[in-house]
Amino acid sequence: MDFLQPSTWDDALAAKAAHPDAVPIAGGTDVMVELNFDRRRPPALLDLTRVAPLTEWGTDGDMLRVGAGVSYRRIIEELGSKLPGLAMASRTVGSPQIRNRGTVGGNLGSASPAGDAHPPLLASGALVELASVRGTRRVPVDAFFLGPKRSVLEPDELIAAFLVRPGGVEQFAKVGTRNAMVIAVCSFALSLSREARRVGTGIGSAAPTPIRALEAEEFLAASLDWEARGPVPPSVARRFGELVAAAAAPIDDVRGTAAYRSHALSVLARRTLAWAWKGMA
Amino acid sequence: MTTVETQVISGVGTSPKRPDGGLKVRGEFAFSSDLWADDMLWGATLRSPHPHARIRGIDITAAVALPGVYAVLTQEDVPGAKRYGLEIADQPVLAMDEVRYQGEPVAVVAADHPETARRAAARIAVDYEVLPAVTEASLGVLLRHVPVRAGDPAAKADVVVTGEYQVGMQDQAFLGPESGLAVPAEDGGIDLYVATQWLHVDQKQVAECLGLPADKVRLSLAGVGGAFGAREDLSMQVHASLLALHTGRPVKMVYGREESFFGHVHRHPAKMWYEHGATRDGKLVYVKAKIVLDGGAYASSSTAVAANAATLGIGPYEVPNVVMDASVYYTNNPPCGAMRGFGAVQACFAYESQMDKLALELGLDPVEVRLRNAMTTGSRMPTGQIVEGPAPVASLLTRVRSFPPPPSSSGDLREMPGGVSNTTHGEGVVRGIGYGIGIKNVAFSEGFDDYATARVRLEVIGGEPAVLVHTAAAEVGQGLVTVQAQIARTELGVERVTVATADTSVGSAAPPSPPRQTTRTGAAVGAARQAVRTELLARVGGARLDGGKVLSESGTVVADLAASIGDEPIEKTVEWRHRPTYPLDPVTGQGNAHVQYAFAAHRATVDVDLDLGLVRVVEIVTAQDVGKAVNPLAVEGQIHGGTAQGLGLALMEEIQIVDGVVRNPSFTDYLIPTILDMPPMKVDILEMADPHSPYGLRGVGEPPTISSTPAIVAAIRAATGKALTRVPVRPEHIVE
Repeated sequence: MDFLQPSTWDDALAAKAAHPDAVPIAGGTDVMVELNFDRRRPPALLDLTRVAPLTEWGTDGDMLRVGAGVSYRRIIEELGSKLPGLAMASRTVGSPQIRNRGTVGGNLGSASPAGDAHPPLLASGALVELASVRGTRRVPVDAFFLGPKRSVLEPDELIAAFLVRPGGVEQFAKVGTRNAMVIAVCSFALSLSREARRVGTGIGSAAPTPIRALEAEEFLAASLDWEARGPVPPSVARRFGELVAAAAAPIDDVRGTAAYRSHALSVLARRTLAWAWKGMA
Repeated sequence: MTTVETQVISGVGTSPKRPDGGLKVRGEFAFSSDLWADDMLWGATLRSPHPHARIRGIDITAAVALPGVYAVLTQEDVPGAKRYGLEIADQPVLAMDEVRYQGEPVAVVAADHPETARRAAARIAVDYEVLPAVTEASLGVLLRHVPVRAGDPAAKADVVVTGEYQVGMQDQAFLGPESGLAVPAEDGGIDLYVATQWLHVDQKQVAECLGLPADKVRLSLAGVGGAFGAREDLSMQVHASLLALHTGRPVKMVYGREESFFGHVHRHPAKMWYEHGATRDGKLVYVKAKIVLDGGAYASSSTAVAANAATLGIGPYEVPNVVMDASVYYTNNPPCGAMRGFGAVQACFAYESQMDKLALELGLDPVEVRLRNAMTTGSRMPTGQIVEGPAPVASLLTRVRSFPPPPSSSGDLREMPGGVSNTTHGEGVVRGIGYGIGIKNVAFSEGFDDYATARVRLEVIGGEPAVLVHTAAAEVGQGLVTVQAQIARTELGVERVTVATADTSVGSAAPPSPPRQTTRTGAAVGAARQAVRTELLARVGGARLDGGKVLSESGTVVADLAASIGDEPIEKTVEWRHRPTYPLDPVTGQGNAHVQYAFAAHRATVDVDLDLGLVRVVEIVTAQDVGKAVNPLAVEGQIHGGTAQGLGLALMEEIQIVDGVVRNPSFTDYLIPTILDMPPMKVDILEMADPHSPYGLRGVGEPPTISSTPAIVAAIRAATGKALTRVPVRPEHIVE
């Protein structure tokens, strides 16, 4: 197996163009598991940890642009107030050691339906910036995932960054059968934007890809009392939970049953709504 | 013989630092997987993908052709016995005409690189004819049925509660996977360095399979990364030895985590039916029980596990009338065998659930109903055996009950069910408290000749008296090396104690399972020390030893210890046996089958999110009688660890099997408790000396695993009102 170690972004893109079969590796928290289990034998690994720009974040217009190689730990510590939903999700990733290594770019690259970063990115309407020697494009994250572990990423493309418009009131909650270091049985992210009167949602581990609950978003955006911020009627919260659960397409597996996942999503939707609405005050 | 550590160490009842402690914390301890020899080859194992299949043929051509491959061996290459086993030699070294479980070894490969060995194994073409798999224990072939009958089988009672309970397949999940190094010797024999629990039983089985006399198979204990019963059976021992003898090169084998799940036996899954009859004031009149254990494809220690389930399956209670039937069956599931608690774990979940059900039925406090039936010294077991040692069942229960309740949650997410996964800020959270108490036999039973050998040498090194201790007892993480040195210090008053690496050049030691390594090997070491001491005192006419001096009866110095030894070291080898045990009557189950009984009680406090079914154990209080805490810190460590393993069984640990196929052979989906799952513990250690045991010792490692599971489940029931008849409890069992 070849091990490619570009030190600049241009070299990285060139390497990917020359070796489209090369698997990019950042923290290695997914890639190394696949190698260890012998599920994957790529002809080459493309190490991105030496590409400095990937580990930087800054503003891009009214959006935050976060390099694909920023670790979960840095998202918690440096971006916790700007991207609270993503920071909450980052806190649930693995152990401290894994949060030191793992990156959102890697999470997107794996495109697992259980990726912890995906629901908050969906809820906040993030864009994923993809690059190749051919150029750069920005894809809405809800158009990024195609299927389990499949995305729109072309063989010569790398994930450069993701972009989010900060300012939403965000929540994230994840159900696992252990109180730490656990892959999601299901997860849910919510983002409320008062100015835009927008509701964003993201569901993890309950469909072939991470998904939004579109009908639930529309229902809630139309039902909330944005102006006076009066309490959310229980009937609205309940309906919102039902619509979130209805948007999912869960399965039975070793981690949980489909019925439990649907039920848990409705609970998480109601609870995160209560917390986020309270946070609007 | 190499020595591991010379320690300046304190005696019995203190907690000196372990020689391996700092090394393990710093990641510097040499585990068996770190073994290395120049010129060594790497072994790999081809395993069956099918739970049941006939082998029509094996074609190794493509594997042998791979450059770097030195040997590809199948069952035809096993020179001695083709099968081995702890109780029944039924498990093939390598599969013969059929495979009986998924993961059964079919062929082994030696190559110059581990990856080459794995690739070669993958190129072996096995022609399988897949057969239907029997995966339900009650449909399998009976391996052993253990009946126990006491009193009137037709006894009637005013209050009757019945229940059906299930325990899933737990894994020992030790952190150091199976590994070792086999080195071919010039005499045609083999030197095997391996992480194991019981060197001499390994030696016997390996020698038989290799067709070698036992003295040509020499085993040395390599660094062990946990055991919990999973290293009682052979794993890679014969395979690596075969490859080493075949190639004339040292061969190392190291299982990965996934392979490890297929490389050792697991805890028996159980289905249990119980009926408890009691008077209206809560006195048990009778218990009828049927326990069905899934033994998996091969016998391992299943017959002894079934006997434990049967003889201990009523719990630490006085019950005049008992009809108990425990059976274990062969199936095409993974083989099950020894795991911490050994048959007592499964039954305890059932009988303690029943005691809670009885309390509910009678409107009694759960502790109260247990107190009214608690056995004491002099109580009669359902087997007819009288409990002779301390049996502080009532005291343990009242002790755990008397601790103040834990404070309510501070609101920190880490204290909530779900932790930082942020699933609740208090919504739906209800607290519950539950109790459990269990009984465990200590040491092997039913007439097994369970003995330990120790050699002790007292000599002068550099002008100072020094002690060398040599046994075949396995340090598997429990702190045995330190404890042996402590016992030496106590007997001889010598501070410089060296504990040699365990190997087969000295006689057999009891394995650390059921836990009584300290009890048995410690006894042997103590007895050897006493023999050394007696000879020394006789040599100079002294009465006792203190501070490096030999003293007279009146306390005057007779001689200097070093001078008394002079140039004539004293060496004694002693075999120590516990009291004999006897077989159970095959029809009535009557007999003095067990040496000693041990008890522990737990009180668990849990917070449960009723809407999501998530649980956080808030606190665990335990009380346990350990006889004598030779090393109090190590005792507490055993109790914490055992309790955590019981928590794992209560809440998350299960090898999930569908149609004989393991669905979660990794730590991604086989979950064991983290530090955020395991709560702070309050540990109350009683030291009630056992009159039949050296230093009054009692095995300490297993009881905490047994009663923590039912205590936690009882607490969840108290919070939720759900029946919860199966462990591990899953969130969907709580919300459904």
